[in-house]
Amino acid sequence: MTDLAVASHGLTKRFGSQVAVNAVDLAVPRGAVYGFLGPNGSGKTTTIRMLLGLIAPTAGSHHLLGETMPDRAGHVLPRVGALVEGPGFHPYLSGRDNLRRLDAADRTATARTAEARIGDALDRVGLTAAAGKRYRTFSLGMKQRLAIAAALLKPRELLVLDEPTNGLDPQGTREVRTLVGALAAEGATVLLSTHLLAEVEQVCTHVGVMHRGTLVAQEPLADLRSDAAPRARVLTDQPAEAAQVLRTLGLTELAETASEASGQLGAVAPEKVVSDLVHAGVAVRGFTVEAPSLEDVFVHLTGRGFDVSG
Amino acid sequence: MSQADTRLSPRFLLSELRLIAVRRRNQAGLAALAAVPVILAAAMKLTVPDAGRGPGQGPDFFSQITGNGYFVALAALGVELTLFLPIAVAMLAGDAVAGEANQGTLRYLLTVPVARTRLLAIKYAGILMGAFLAPLVVATSGLLAGFLLFGAGDVTTLSGTRIGLATALLRLLVICLYLGVCLAALGAVGLFLSTLTEQPMGATIALTMLTVASFVLGQIPQLDWLHPYLLTQHWRDFGELLREPVAWEALIPGLTSAGAYILVFLSAAWARFSGRDVTS
Repeated sequence: MTDLAVASHGLTKRFGSQVAVNAVDLAVPRGAVYGFLGPNGSGKTTTIRMLLGLIAPTAGSHHLLGETMPDRAGHVLPRVGALVEGPGFHPYLSGRDNLRRLDAADRTATARTAEARIGDALDRVGLTAAAGKRYRTFSLGMKQRLAIAAALLKPRELLVLDEPTNGLDPQGTREVRTLVGALAAEGATVLLSTHLLAEVEQVCTHVGVMHRGTLVAQEPLADLRSDAAPRARVLTDQPAEAAQVLRTLGLTELAETASEASGQLGAVAPEKVVSDLVHAGVAVRGFTVEAPSLEDVFVHLTGRGFDVSG
Repeated sequence: MSQADTRLSPRFLLSELRLIAVRRRNQAGLAALAAVPVILAAAMKLTVPDAGRGPGQGPDFFSQITGNGYFVALAALGVELTLFLPIAVAMLAGDAVAGEANQGTLRYLLTVPVARTRLLAIKYAGILMGAFLAPLVVATSGLLAGFLLFGAGDVTTLSGTRIGLATALLRLLVICLYLGVCLAALGAVGLFLSTLTEQPMGATIALTMLTVASFVLGQIPQLDWLHPYLLTQHWRDFGELLREPVAWEALIPGLTSAGAYILVFLSAAWARFSGRDVTS
């Protein structure tokens, strides 16, 4: 047994000459809520499809819950709940009947408890009242909730949720966030693919960032944020003068707007910046030191393609 | 694992059959199949037919309809065999894999997980249900309409002798089973086509075109070397069951051909589907 819920080694997928996923080494610790980030088209969903055995990797291998995939899929997948690339259900069946069908397809599910488990899953996603309606009449948010319910038909050790909040209203987004937290508290590992960074900041313990098919970062969330350099922001009527002071002090990556100047602190002490500004006669209305938001880190990691080609 | 390994559980099969049965389109299709014999019988009642169609293409049951309602069932089977019954099977086959792929339900079934071989087996079982049910529905509807409009009685066989109605009904049942086997072979080809695409209608149309093409090629004498291999070549042999005594050996080519088609195309479907990347 290993303490990784998801482990991949050199996982690669080529479609023709295009490399969709390039030698990805995922390491999702058991019990983690792992935020799987990346811009659209960065290879997140292709990776997830490979993890679940829907598509065969061109190279590499992976394990889920310590079992080799895809050889042991029949044993391990019943313990994995998955939401892959949006909901997919029969439009002319009701929500409840769609869940019944998925449960009937599961050899390891007990028929006797099916109705109770389906009821619980619907309840957890707040869909009990609408479950009798045909799926085709569902709104996008309801469809998404039903897909999450399908992943919760049984107690799972691992949940793979690809964009679970897609199409949900703010209330629904919040509920999903709470749900993910509750599932993690119950001991499940959650692999959460998303591009909503607010989600990640609030629920994730670990982060992996995909960019153009490559996993460019993978660490505990706290480490990822502390790696990033803090910035000093000066609110002032004289941004040009303020920027000059910052430059003299050795701050880098300076930026100026009509009402502020900012720069990366590096080794410079914030106190020193304030006193120098005052000495230079710059009217300071406000001064803050900010750890970069996850968004800044994310753009820094995935936006560098522009820098290179620029 | 304390979870019961219910290997022979019929739950998924029942779910599949139910899925097919509750779909409105399938219900409408079955109603259409059942309507054809009724229309046929009503038309025959209203107009006295000529001597019937030309010879050559299988037995002609039309001329006997007005004498005995039993023949409505046979005539209807003969009429629907060229297009309506194949379309019914093609609809189910198109839905089988391509339909699930198109709706996005395929990826969820596979991650349940349902092993791919098992999924194909269940899907083919659903097609088989349709293949055997459809001729029975046509025959039953034909018998009801025929008996109502033309009455029932002893049946004159193709050999000229007469057999009792009970025997004749039994033979009709065997005819339906024979046609079921023929349509099962068509369904195997359809299941294979269904693994090639994510567009159910594409698979359905392809299979229908294949059936029509096979019938057309079967009509061209210059291609007689090809005829034994055609999917539809022996479908009309069902008339042999109305000889006295029954020419059982005449059904062997049809059954052999169907068996070969089933074997080859189920294998092809498995080979294609078991290794396919599911990107839908």
